[in-house]
Amino acid sequence: MSAVLDWSRYSSPVTQDPLWVRRLLSGMVVLFLMLFLVLPLIFIGVQAFGKGIHVYWSALSNPDSLAAIRLTLLTALLVVPVNLVFGVCAAWAIARKEFRGKNLLITLIDLPFAVSPVISGLIFVLLFGAQGWLATWLNDWQIKIIFAVPGIVLATLFVTLPFVAKELIPIMQARGRQEEEAARVLGASGWQTFWHVTLPGIRWGLLYGVILCNARAMGEFGAVSVVSGHIRGLTNTMPLHVETLYNEYQGAAAFAVASLLVALALVTLVCKVWMERQQGEVKVEKQGKE
Amino acid sequence: MKRTVHPDGVSLTLGITLFYLGLVVLLPLSLTILKSLQPGPELFWQIFTSPRVLAAFQVSFFSALTAAMINGVLGFLTAWVLVRYPLPGKKILDALVDLPFALPTAVAGITLAALYSPTGWIGSLLARIGIPVAYTPSGIVLALTFIGLPFVVRTVQPVLQAVDGGLEEAAASLGAGRWQTFWRVTLPTLIPAVLTGFTMAFARGLGEYGSVIFIAGNRPFVSEIVPLLIITHLEQYDVIGATALAMIMLAVSFLLLLLINLMQAWMSRRYPV
Repeated sequence: MSAVLDWSRYSSPVTQDPLWVRRLLSGMVVLFLMLFLVLPLIFIGVQAFGKGIHVYWSALSNPDSLAAIRLTLLTALLVVPVNLVFGVCAAWAIARKEFRGKNLLITLIDLPFAVSPVISGLIFVLLFGAQGWLATWLNDWQIKIIFAVPGIVLATLFVTLPFVAKELIPIMQARGRQEEEAARVLGASGWQTFWHVTLPGIRWGLLYGVILCNARAMGEFGAVSVVSGHIRGLTNTMPLHVETLYNEYQGAAAFAVASLLVALALVTLVCKVWMERQQGEVKVEKQGKE
Repeated sequence: MKRTVHPDGVSLTLGITLFYLGLVVLLPLSLTILKSLQPGPELFWQIFTSPRVLAAFQVSFFSALTAAMINGVLGFLTAWVLVRYPLPGKKILDALVDLPFALPTAVAGITLAALYSPTGWIGSLLARIGIPVAYTPSGIVLALTFIGLPFVVRTVQPVLQAVDGGLEEAAASLGAGRWQTFWRVTLPTLIPAVLTGFTMAFARGLGEYGSVIFIAGNRPFVSEIVPLLIITHLEQYDVIGATALAMIMLAVSFLLLLLINLMQAWMSRRYPV
């Protein structure tokens, strides 16, 4: 997508902005991005490591921090595979068949993106909370969902549901059905078709969807904050633990735990750049063959 | 007659999709709507028109709107420079634009709050010239601008890349100045993209929680946003109050989602790729 036209090399003098305009705007944008995006990153680093690597390390190896890291990993480990399977199913069905209400279905898949994170948590409190629809039943069976791990997993499932589907639907729609139909006509089973024909074509989109889904699952704050109850060592995920530490004026510790989440975000960004390059190469290869 | 071969599993995958979507999204959402109808319209109205709630809606609305407008301008400029001008380190800057998407909101929240607090790196400079940011409504706007920036940049960028250079050349060869060409030829083609990005940033800003609460100061009537008020209600076991507020926000979100979908349809008609 990025290779449509490289304007910076487009040097027709009549369509080029005057030099002072280019310099002024470039300067403004670079300054803005530096102040707005780069400086916060540097700031986090300084806050996290400012009191020495020893403080940083003890903040991370604190039992509550370790519990938060474990809970965050567990949540992502449960949520990402489920939403991966859902995303593949949804994209497969939507790209392979015409049916009424398809656009409505795509909109409904997007719905969790449109809902405020706080409300994404609230809907599960209304279902499973002390005054919720299922309160008596859950009480009878001694099942705890809100202020416990299942609630955190459910809220995270809801919030991260669209990611994989959203990446895959346009890719699979653009690929069309011809390759799969050819495979079917040649006698491949549905599963074989998916594994040998579809999957290689969508692998970069799939991977990127998974990475985005994972980043959000590990970083979600609002929805999880409503259902978690903030019990230290038990229901605090990493973002919630960052909040707890920060509100207790343990700035260095808060930024130490935050730095792990920043690393996750940076890895996500690097993956995005890398993935786009891979997709670009696939496109160029295809054009070369034609 | 044309026969299409359906690969196996369409009905199975569609079934799984609908079942899971129904269970995780539609059922909880519809039960929430049902719950909010229980207390009846009178109580609903009473909650909605209470001064603290009205003030929170005002704060949420105007800060999201201001932030989206700032993003409309700065996001447009960023996209323009990234697409059109040569720049050292451009690829890194371009990748960093997605940082607000990738960074967990709580991390963004504590970072901005500490950076712009009266003792922070930027906050201390601003305090010296008498502009407090953290713990005031402008802190909310700052956080929402941070969160919303990628929306405008990422909707304008691909359109700007695809803009037909020939049109600008034609305008120039017909005697238009650079500014005239921009104003009359280039900008009109970009307006739908800017508006779409603006609406997305606005919608996101209305519901945003994590990045805001640390920097807002959260004073009722001054810098309290609706999502926080929902949580406050919940913490006081006022489920009805929380649900009523959530209901109004859901209605607004659905309207905005509809609007965004319409705008995207408009965009794909404007720029058929």
